Amino acid sequence: MGELFYHGLGFVLILIGLYGVLTLKNVFRLILALGIMETGVNIILVATGWHPGAKVPIIDTTVQGAGFAAYADPLPSALVLTAIVIGLGTTALALVLALLYKESHGTDELGGETEEEVVE
Amino acid sequence: MRQTAALLAVLGIGWFFYANAMAPGAGRGLTDRRVPSKVSMAYLSKSVSQDNDTVKPGGRGYEDGSANIVTAVVVNYRGFDTLGEVTVLFTAALAIALLLGDRRRFTRAKSGTILGAAIPLVAFFLIITGSYIFIHGHLTPGGGFPGGAMIAAGTALALLSSTWKPSHTWVKVLEGTAGMLYVLVGFWGLVKYGSFLKNPLATGSLGDLLSGGFILLIYILVGIKVGSELSGIVMNLDKEAE
Repeated sequence: MGELFYHGLGFVLILIGLYGVLTLKNVFRLILALGIMETGVNIILVATGWHPGAKVPIIDTTVQGAGFAAYADPLPSALVLTAIVIGLGTTALALVLALLYKESHGTDELGGETEEEVVE
Repeated sequence: MRQTAALLAVLGIGWFFYANAMAPGAGRGLTDRRVPSKVSMAYLSKSVSQDNDTVKPGGRGYEDGSANIVTAVVVNYRGFDTLGEVTVLFTAALAIALLLGDRRRFTRAKSGTILGAAIPLVAFFLIITGSYIFIHGHLTPGGGFPGGAMIAAGTALALLSSTWKPSHTWVKVLEGTAGMLYVLVGFWGLVKYGSFLKNPLATGSLGDLLSGGFILLIYILVGIKVGSELSGIVMNLDKEAE
C-alpha cells in the first residue's frame, strides 16, 4: 500500500459522505452519510500518526535501535478514541430525533419547495 | 440539478484536499511526518515530568505503568478529557431516555428453539470477551469503550429473543454506580497528591496485569459504565409508540 493510501481513503469517504449529505432527503440516510464522513475524518486523523514501518504503540521487547521513533504516534489514536465514542452518542441521539420526526410528520423525507405535500 | 451541483461541490473540495494534503511538491504538510511529535515522544518514553532513556517491559518506577501508550494517554495523561467523554455519552443516553423513556417495550412472540437457545450463549461469550478487553486495556489494544460496546452488543442480541430479558433497573444502577466511582477515584488522587485524577496507586512492573496503577480500576469502571449505558440506549430504542 502506498504511503498516501489511508489519507486518500479518508478523503474519499469524506467526499462520499458530503455528496450524500447534499443530495439525500431521507433523514436516516442523511445520518448514515454523516457517519461515513465522520469515519473518513477519523481515518485521516489516525493516518497522520502513522509512518511507513511504524509499530503499534504498545511497549514490547522487539523495538531496537530507533527507540521510541519506531512507534506510531499514539496521540491521534487517543484523540480519535474520544471522537468515535462521542460520534456514537450523537448518532444515537440523532437517530432517535429522526424517529420522532418520522412519527410526527408521517414521513422520513425532509421537506422542501419541490416536495409534494404529505398525505396522512 | 441538485445532483450536478452536489457533484461539482464534491469535486471542488476533493481537488482542494488533494492539492493541499496529497499532491507532490509544496503541500505535503499532512503526510510528511516521519516520527512521533515531541509531545508524543514524551508520552512514549513516559517522561512528561521525569527523564527516561529506555522504557522496557518489566521495568519499574515509570510515571505511568501502562504498556499500551494510547491507554496511558487516554486514562492517565488526559484522564480529565476521558471523564468529559463519559459525560457526553451519559448526556446522550439521558436525552434518549427522556425522549423514549415512557414508551412500552416491543412485545415479541415466543422465540423458536434455535434462537432461544443460541442467543443467551452468544450473548454470554460477548460479555465475557468484552470484560476481557476492558480488563486488559493497558496491555493490549482495546479498553473500556470497545469492551463496553461489545457488552452492549450482547444486550442487543439478548433483546431479540424472548428467553432472556436484561433488567433496565439494574442497568441504570450499574451505570450510575460506575460513573460515581470514577469521579471518586479522581478525588482519591486529589486527596493524596492534590490534583484531580492523578494516579494514586503504585505503577508496578510494566507488562503485568496489575500494572499501570489506577488504569485497570478506571477501565473496569468505564467498561461497566459504557456497557450499561449503551445497553440502556439499545433498550430504549427497542420500544414502540403508543
